[in-house]
Amino acid sequence: MQPLILPDMTPLFKTERGFILTVLIALTTLSPVLFILVSGFDAEREIWVHLRQYVLPELVKNTVVLAAGVVTVTAVLGISLAWLTAFYEFRGRQWMERLLLLPLAIPAYVMAFIYTGLLDFSGPVQTFARAHLPGVLPFIPEIRSAWGVVMVISLAIFPYVFLMASSGFRSMGRSMTEAAQSMKAGRVFTLFHVAIPMARPWIFGGLILVLMETLADFGAVSVFNYDTFTTGVYKAWYGFFSINAASQLASILVVVVMAVFAAEFYFQRKQRFFNPGHHRPVQRIRLGKAGGAMAAAYCGLVFCLAFAVPVGQLAVWALSAFEAEMGAHYFRLVANTFALGGMGTGLTMVVAVVLAYAGRTVTDVKTGAAAKLSLAGYALPGTVLAVGMINVIAWLDDSLVSSLGLLGVAVSPGMLKGSLMLLPLCYMIRFLTAGYNPVYGNMTRLTPSMDEAARLMKVSGAGLLAKVHLPLIRRGMITGSILVLVEIIKEMPVTLMLRPFGWDTLAVKIFELTSEGEWERAALPALTLIAVGMIPIVLLTLVRKENT
Amino acid sequence: MKKVGVILLTLAVLFTGSAIAADHELVVYSARKEHLIKDLFEKYEREQGVKIKYITGKAAMLLQRILSEGKNTEADILLTVDAGNLWHAAQKGVLAPVESAVLDANIPSHYRDPGNAWFGLSVRARTIFYNTDKVKKEDLSTYVALAGPEWKDRLLLRTSKKVYNQSLVAMLIAGMGEEKTEQVVGGWVGNLAAPPYSSDTKLLEAIAAGQGDVGIANTYYYGRLMKKNPDLPLGIFWADQAGDGVHVNVSGAGILAHSKNKAAAQTFIEWLSGADAQKIFADANMEYPVNPGVAVHENVKGWGTFKESTLNLSQAGTRQADAIKLMDRAGYK
Repeated sequence: MQPLILPDMTPLFKTERGFILTVLIALTTLSPVLFILVSGFDAEREIWVHLRQYVLPELVKNTVVLAAGVVTVTAVLGISLAWLTAFYEFRGRQWMERLLLLPLAIPAYVMAFIYTGLLDFSGPVQTFARAHLPGVLPFIPEIRSAWGVVMVISLAIFPYVFLMASSGFRSMGRSMTEAAQSMKAGRVFTLFHVAIPMARPWIFGGLILVLMETLADFGAVSVFNYDTFTTGVYKAWYGFFSINAASQLASILVVVVMAVFAAEFYFQRKQRFFNPGHHRPVQRIRLGKAGGAMAAAYCGLVFCLAFAVPVGQLAVWALSAFEAEMGAHYFRLVANTFALGGMGTGLTMVVAVVLAYAGRTVTDVKTGAAAKLSLAGYALPGTVLAVGMINVIAWLDDSLVSSLGLLGVAVSPGMLKGSLMLLPLCYMIRFLTAGYNPVYGNMTRLTPSMDEAARLMKVSGAGLLAKVHLPLIRRGMITGSILVLVEIIKEMPVTLMLRPFGWDTLAVKIFELTSEGEWERAALPALTLIAVGMIPIVLLTLVRKENT
Repeated sequence: MKKVGVILLTLAVLFTGSAIAADHELVVYSARKEHLIKDLFEKYEREQGVKIKYITGKAAMLLQRILSEGKNTEADILLTVDAGNLWHAAQKGVLAPVESAVLDANIPSHYRDPGNAWFGLSVRARTIFYNTDKVKKEDLSTYVALAGPEWKDRLLLRTSKKVYNQSLVAMLIAGMGEEKTEQVVGGWVGNLAAPPYSSDTKLLEAIAAGQGDVGIANTYYYGRLMKKNPDLPLGIFWADQAGDGVHVNVSGAGILAHSKNKAAAQTFIEWLSGADAQKIFADANMEYPVNPGVAVHENVKGWGTFKESTLNLSQAGTRQADAIKLMDRAGYK
């Protein structure tokens, strides 16, 4: 038999390695979208015409209002809090730095049912006011409104901006702000003309997370009955049973997100951020008595609204249903949640590092574009991602069974479908952005001269990655892992759809109970979820302490 | 890097492939919540030695999963709430028709698919609730009457995205035509005292608190709320008693066309329609048993008897898309 002669691919792979890797990742990420777009071609025209005339205009308006509102509110909250805690010293500052990350542990859909429960007409606040303080009633705004949704989602996710902006301010070091102050620049001037522009990659990273999360949110807006693109997608699907109309709506959303990415990519390429190799941490300015009290009060107020009040309300509800809900199945839910979170985070971070690294060694436009495409999964509403993935897997299963069958290997059909690998893969697609951004943010600090220095010492290739780069981006990897883990633990729709038998998680349980209006029974799983979500956040604050 | 590859491969092998359902095992895809089915399934396993595996999710997701899995599906039974969902599943051809004398005897004909693809297992009534401090029972009559000017700023509704409302409107269309129904729905929207609620429970609480005076909800939400707080000023009113009767719907099940255990699946559904299972199935959620020979829950009995609509429920499916479009046009969010 003639030996099979393969053309020597090595040189091509060597020069294009970064590009090829990136494209492979992008293809994996985009495969569900591609399958959905293909099945979206035979769209039901009649439904689409109806949606366009009666539904789409309102969806667009609501989605724009929501996205703009949440981005604005989270930017104001996140940047102001990061600025106060990074550059000023006041009573309770160290505590606030840590406490203000805790709302990350509360999913937006939990925050939503707590606040509607509290502030709605039949809730305790209005009921109390009707009985004792009728004078304030006109001043209590209707919570189930655009205003309410914006505030609730913002309270749940502003820590992304706070966390990223803090990292940005911190990595800036003392020299920049000192330089500004030596030129007699005022505090506000320094904030807007030095600190924010310098921290832009981080702040943008945080705001993009916020924007994606808002565009993909389904749980919170459903509680408010506030129609956005995601509820439109669900309605097209559940109501009209038209996965094609749903796919069409979803693809509009994907296009919007691609535009956001493109804009970010464009700005990013215009500037490069290098840090001086060694920098001293920022010397915080001690605030006076009144200033310090005001800063502490502001931080404390945000913390109460975003964490203390919601958790307090959950605790009250949980106590009333404690005996019924506490049991052995409970620990199984927690174990499942953690196991899936661990697997998903591992896979996501491996891919994130490969992607960030590939994008660094190769800086051409096509690789950059492919890298950006890889991150698009974040904008996919979970359920749409899940449906796309089911299509992909069904196709793979079929071709695998038949091709292995030809080779004489008997494989049971449905081998991949019920597999536990499917969920981590979906988590990777969905949350790659969360893991990638901090890693990439760190990577922009690796100057080309470091590589040259390493090469002079005959360290290159994998050795360069392992000995020089990974230690330097360690902080980005830890931050990324934590963000990804928290995201996965809170993730609901994909888990709901694709979990194999017996793999119920806390989020799935909460969804089942709240969709029946069982707030009290959902409170204990929700509290547990928050406690679980707090563990990585506590770890994160320890890491930050070690590094400052 | 090699190590990582080896680990990933090992994991892939470890986690790949779930067992193909064995003979003494049935797989149910359920849109009915876990806490409403778990005890019943365990009872069947104890009594009949057949293990019931299940996953829960929303009906549309489960249907899409069944469609995507095609002939490779592990599932034997689709169990879901709302006849509209069952009708869609039948329409997509994923349900196999079943000929069963037991089911025919246990389940009245308007609760089953005319083509025998699905069978109702519990009945849920959607009727009118009112604030007993503000409304006299005599002022209430029909769903249609709630569109009248006397209810301006007094009506509360749940979102039109909920399938229960889609089915209600679909059945109104079936009863009196599209044009008339659109006027009624438009009238409801004009009478709203607050934006539509996302759950029946919240809606009932708002009526009790006085944000609105009347609303439309499923009876079991009322049952749950009153059990927790019997002092709420909430009354139940059976709608349309002089006309078609109260709008009812079912939760029900069908056997999948690609099931590998059709006979065992049929035995299970027949068991579910029997007296023992019916009692548990309905009582778990204070619903009405579909089997007329089975007594209703103690609390449910107190709400009195009512005349129910006997229009065949498959119309909730055939007219669902029209109902949604109509509600969109009428501005019902």
